Amino acid sequence: MSLFKKTKDLVLKIDDFLDLTAQTALHFKEGIRLYLAGKKEAFEARLELIAETENKADALKKLIVNQLYAQTLIPESRGDVLGIMENTDEVIDWAKSTMGEFAVECPRIPEELAEGFMELTVPVTLAVESLVLATRAYFYDSSAIKDHLYKVSFHEGEADRIADRVKRDIFASESLSLSEKMHLRYFASHIDTLADRAEQVADRLGVAAIKRAV
Amino acid sequence: MSIIVFLSSGLFLGWSLGANDAANVFGTAVGSRMLRFRTAAIICSVFVILGAALSGSGAAHTLGKLGAVNEIAGAFMVALAAALTVYWMTKLELPVSTSQAIVGAIIGWNYFSGSLTDTGSLTKIVSTWVICPLLSGVFSFLLYRLTRWAFGRVNVHLLKLDHYTRIGLVVAGAFGAYSLGANNIANVMGVFVPVSPFRPLDIGLLSLSNTDQLFILGGLAIAVGVFTYSHKVMGTVGTGILHLTPQAAFVVVVASGLVLFLFASQGLEAFLASHGFPTIPLVPVSSSQAVVGAVLGIGLAQGGRGINYRTLGKIASGWVTTPIIAAVVSFVALFFLQNVFNQKVYRPVVYQITASVQQKLSTKGGFPAGLRALKGARYESAVAFIDALEQKMPSLSRAQRERIASLAMLEPLVVDLSRLEREIQDGWLSKAQLVVLRGLDGQRYQHDWELGYALAQAHQCWRPRPSSVGNSFHNKALKTRLKHLVQVFGKR
Repeated sequence: MSLFKKTKDLVLKIDDFLDLTAQTALHFKEGIRLYLAGKKEAFEARLELIAETENKADALKKLIVNQLYAQTLIPESRGDVLGIMENTDEVIDWAKSTMGEFAVECPRIPEELAEGFMELTVPVTLAVESLVLATRAYFYDSSAIKDHLYKVSFHEGEADRIADRVKRDIFASESLSLSEKMHLRYFASHIDTLADRAEQVADRLGVAAIKRAV
Repeated sequence: MSIIVFLSSGLFLGWSLGANDAANVFGTAVGSRMLRFRTAAIICSVFVILGAALSGSGAAHTLGKLGAVNEIAGAFMVALAAALTVYWMTKLELPVSTSQAIVGAIIGWNYFSGSLTDTGSLTKIVSTWVICPLLSGVFSFLLYRLTRWAFGRVNVHLLKLDHYTRIGLVVAGAFGAYSLGANNIANVMGVFVPVSPFRPLDIGLLSLSNTDQLFILGGLAIAVGVFTYSHKVMGTVGTGILHLTPQAAFVVVVASGLVLFLFASQGLEAFLASHGFPTIPLVPVSSSQAVVGAVLGIGLAQGGRGINYRTLGKIASGWVTTPIIAAVVSFVALFFLQNVFNQKVYRPVVYQITASVQQKLSTKGGFPAGLRALKGARYESAVAFIDALEQKMPSLSRAQRERIASLAMLEPLVVDLSRLEREIQDGWLSKAQLVVLRGLDGQRYQHDWELGYALAQAHQCWRPRPSSVGNSFHNKALKTRLKHLVQVFGKR
């Protein structure tokens, strides 16, 4: 394969990896919605989809990193790119493991709290989606990174705020035992952490973008 | 056999130029890990040889004028002194320029032999030591700003940008290596040109003058230097003064290549001259200075942050000490070669105002009384002649004195066509030229310029045409032929 074809191939692989990250966010949101609606079978099917996506992303990441190093491409930025890929992969893992824990532990979420959980899932998903846009901008148009990074940060803040409210609602509930309350708090934190993970990648991306501009 | 021994110092100098200066061209590309050393070394070698062979003569001319080393043993020692200086300073990890070393070594020879150092050429050369890094800095500053501006407007994928930068580095590096060969081959082989042991050679369509053959040989020596020793230097050049991004590395290669090209291109000189612009002197400049200037230009374009001023100071001090050390080494080494090894390191040149010099100088406004007083007296060295001129005619400018000295230099020659038949191949001179030359067979001249003058008087085919782009090729060819004839007929 000529160097030009190799480059093109790698560009496609990175694009695919980012597509898979965006899909993970959508699967995650849909999965939580199905769980809260009590549609167990549809939720399990969604869990399988997200696991499949995670496997694909993992394999793709390994190929990309190998290719970057074997062909000594982007010597200046490959350390950053490698770090960003690794951290993004962790975001995907986290989304999958959160869904997995819902499947395993089957937390009982009363109807009055379900809305809060769904509300929390929205900014978390948006944070991951903005991260995908920011990462794409890092490769294609570094001047646009800032706008997306700002959104990641904003949605993460929103998620924190909602998570805090959800936790207060959980502990204020009179229909739940203390063990159930602690169980639900754990799930609220788990969902919220996905946005935190996205923000960590965004921070790293911000530094990498500055390095590119210098 | 002795020829090979004498040329060996030039080849050694070529090798060290390959190891040091050639590393400058690709140093930033290899240092920033954008190109593999092997790729860089192959491109560099091929284009250095091409540059040396195709357009190496421009800068060699200026160096030849600075001091015409007239014995091969002397040329050997001058090149060796320069090479030793370069090698020694490299060992001490001091950055060094081959151009400056050779200029210093030639001046050492001039002092030793009592020859004149052509102030015009020296001024030209020394001024480029300031202009070259400055110009390179300005180029890289502007190019860097331009590329930054362009990348801000055109969105290119990081990986595609990487790909294009690699292609750019290969192209710019090839251009830089070509320019280096064209510009710096004079440093390596320049001193051997007046004493070249080769004869013009015709291989099918290609005709190689003795200078061309010297230059190709020098180019090969540079290539060997690139392959055997430049790897380490390339690694340090890229990161020594300032950490460079691949795009900045590209800018450095282009800017320094451009500067080397400007100071070596006869085509550009002819173009500028024909359009009434001031020309750029064709002078061997230092690739290390060009690269340092370019890296500094980028540092300044980035706002001056991150420049390692200590390294910079160290480099700049090397620029002052190199020519001085080389001159001293050359002088001392020539003394040893002459007095310990009994080698003739220079042919004494006698200066005399003869009847033909008088005739030549009388053409405008009679013959000056001061010169009449000097007429007939023989002076054993250029310095003695100039001193005498200064005494008798203190009103003359330095340039005027030097011109009179160049006319008064005795270079006796006999036009002997039987000698020529052994030295040149058929077709080297046109039929008309050969007929005119035959007409002068057996003639004796005391000064080298007289032959050209007599030939030009005899027929227009030996006359230079008015200077223009179209005529420059003809005039250059004429000059080369005359020079070779003087060399052949002057041999004792």
